[in-house]
Amino acid sequence: MYTIVRKERLADVVTLLEVQASAIAAKARAGQFAIVRLREDTERIPLTLSDWGREAGTITIIFQHVGRSTHELALVEAGDAIRDVVGPLGKPTEVERFGTVVCIGGGIGVAELRPIARAMKEAGNTVISIIGARDKSLLILEDEMRAFSDELYVTTDNGSYGRRGFVSDVLRDLMAAGRKIDLVYAIGPVPMMRVIAEQTRPHGLRTLVSLDAIMVDGTGMCGACRVTVGGETRFTCVDGPDFDAHQVDWDELVARKKMYLAEEKETLARFHEANSGGCCS
Amino acid sequence: MKEIAGREPMPRQSPGIRRRNFEEVALGYSVEQAVGEAKRCLQCKKKPCMAGCPVEIDIPEFIRLIAEGKFAEAAAEIKKTNALPAICGRVCPQEDQCERVCVLAKRGEPVAVGRLERFAADWEAARSGTAGSSAAINAPPKDKIAKVAVIGSGPAGLTAAGELASLGYDVTIFEALHDPGGVLAYGIPEFRLPRAILSREIEYVKSLGVRIETNAIIGKLHTLRELLENGYSAIFIGTGAGLPQFMKIPGENLNGVYSANEFLTRVNLMKAYKYPEYPTPVKVGRSVAVIGAGNVAMDAARCSLRLGAEEVAIVYRRSRAEMPAREEEIENAEEEGVKFHLLTVPVRFIGDKNGFLKAMECVRMELGEPDESGRRRPVPIEGSEYIMEVDTAVVAIGQSPNPVVRQSEPDLATTKWGGIVVDEETSATSIPGIYAGGDAVTGAATVITAMGAGRKAAHAIDKYIRAKLGLEQRTGSAR
Repeated sequence: MYTIVRKERLADVVTLLEVQASAIAAKARAGQFAIVRLREDTERIPLTLSDWGREAGTITIIFQHVGRSTHELALVEAGDAIRDVVGPLGKPTEVERFGTVVCIGGGIGVAELRPIARAMKEAGNTVISIIGARDKSLLILEDEMRAFSDELYVTTDNGSYGRRGFVSDVLRDLMAAGRKIDLVYAIGPVPMMRVIAEQTRPHGLRTLVSLDAIMVDGTGMCGACRVTVGGETRFTCVDGPDFDAHQVDWDELVARKKMYLAEEKETLARFHEANSGGCCS
Repeated sequence: MKEIAGREPMPRQSPGIRRRNFEEVALGYSVEQAVGEAKRCLQCKKKPCMAGCPVEIDIPEFIRLIAEGKFAEAAAEIKKTNALPAICGRVCPQEDQCERVCVLAKRGEPVAVGRLERFAADWEAARSGTAGSSAAINAPPKDKIAKVAVIGSGPAGLTAAGELASLGYDVTIFEALHDPGGVLAYGIPEFRLPRAILSREIEYVKSLGVRIETNAIIGKLHTLRELLENGYSAIFIGTGAGLPQFMKIPGENLNGVYSANEFLTRVNLMKAYKYPEYPTPVKVGRSVAVIGAGNVAMDAARCSLRLGAEEVAIVYRRSRAEMPAREEEIENAEEEGVKFHLLTVPVRFIGDKNGFLKAMECVRMELGEPDESGRRRPVPIEGSEYIMEVDTAVVAIGQSPNPVVRQSEPDLATTKWGGIVVDEETSATSIPGIYAGGDAVTGAATVITAMGAGRKAAHAIDKYIRAKLGLEQRTGSAR
């Protein structure tokens, strides 16, 4: 069992959990993820490691309440325990002194971007970060990102905070202004990562993305998370999650992520029904 | 010459009923049946069956004990060399091992060794209500010789761990998944190996003093070197064949095309057959094609029926004679209504506009000259392409060794296809103190072969540690 030492609601539908898992905390590196299973009768959910404390022996996961499993996970409190946490999984992000790195995070992707921006900064890069969300209420970790960034740009789709528009608008402007960029790292919703891939492709600007394919075991055993990259089938869990954005077959990824849409809706509806607190008389 | 009586038939759930439930298919011998079957054994002096057993159970001896009604003693006799008798009695291919060399097989049906092994194990468990530790005649010594790490809790790992614990070692198994058992937990379905039986056998291994750490993925959480530096005197790698192979044909990543590993993991480990009570889903359409004809393919086909598919077909490129699955499993599948499309191979998966599988293009084959495996090579018949409508396809053409451990340890010698290279005699890898066995070495094989490898490696590890510590070597057979 893995005890929750801190819980924080970062936004309406975004929860942070700091979990006691010292062995994972000792090994975690930027870009890696963990798989958590709340109880015996719940799913295995892959979640990127947003932070870790080697001395405290804790890992931090941040997730948006999307389906039944994440809604359920959001109900636990500090002091409760999670049945299973396995990690660190996946290959760490390639971090070296590239020069100037643009780190782009959309929505919940910002949680996953934090350790990457930090590692890029620690490796001596100039870090330009662009973070965005649909609405101000969904924007997370602005202060943390500012701490690891030489420049930070914030966007919201509706203009409720920061610049109105998309993270890709900022990247476009940076590129138009002739800023020297050596690497773009993007993590967020697939449409966002895809737009960025198309922006940088004509310039041959190296772009890495972190993919969140559907997974079961996360150890290379099942192949649920296969993606086509450069015409070859790769497993997101053991070959990724980072891949060259220009090589990813985005259409296939979009289709595969929708494989269980009907089941996701059904289990979520059942969850809401069971937790609606059915008022008595 | 006297006519030999046939073997006692195994009572089974009838096909019409079992094809829609996950209860165990084979129901096991009654006491009368077991004693009757045991009395068929000729008690040969030369014991060819024992030589046919990868873990060298004294088969005539345990069968004699059953014939005499000494069931607990029979179970104890088996457990001298096999910590997992209830599992082996169910899933071992006895027809290729002990039963194949049975003297009775020359003139009729061999003694049903597997069924008797299962009977003894189940009888003992039913009496003791536990893992049967009352029969743990291998009770481990109190003072431990040294610490040994075992990577993976499948058949190879459990056997190596049990054996090492009995030899006096302090053993910890590291398992990457949330439940122990490896392929026994994620791969083999409940109707062939009930989870209660698996838990019971794992409890038995624990009762020998073995600790099991789940959620511990070696190569990521700890490296092999770190284990050696942190007090473990030796390591056994039994990480299995956990990397699915695909056909590399167009459309293989469409929704609805599963690897057998994923399909079975969803059903068995994640209990998708209890969806939505268990929320991990599996998509089984009206029509399912399983590609391949090994035991894994039969498991996937039979699960598909139980999950409500109307039509389930095994699609196999060779003929019936070459199917690698156990005859018993092929018969079970056939009785339950699985169809066999033999000498057929898919060349392309076809999807709808949303990326879901709707059909496969197949080509018919004919058998040509024998290939390097000695089996006649299937050759496509020109112009024989046709379209087969399917909603779900399960690719069950084999598994390669899991890559996580070897990726973390560049000094660990492996073959081109990822198998760990070991010394055949000792199971030693290229790194001193590290041993390996089972599917991680051989690629996908059988439970009992993996157990044999685990047992052999355990004794080699014992020898290695004794030499290192300057202890006297054990006398007698090394195995």
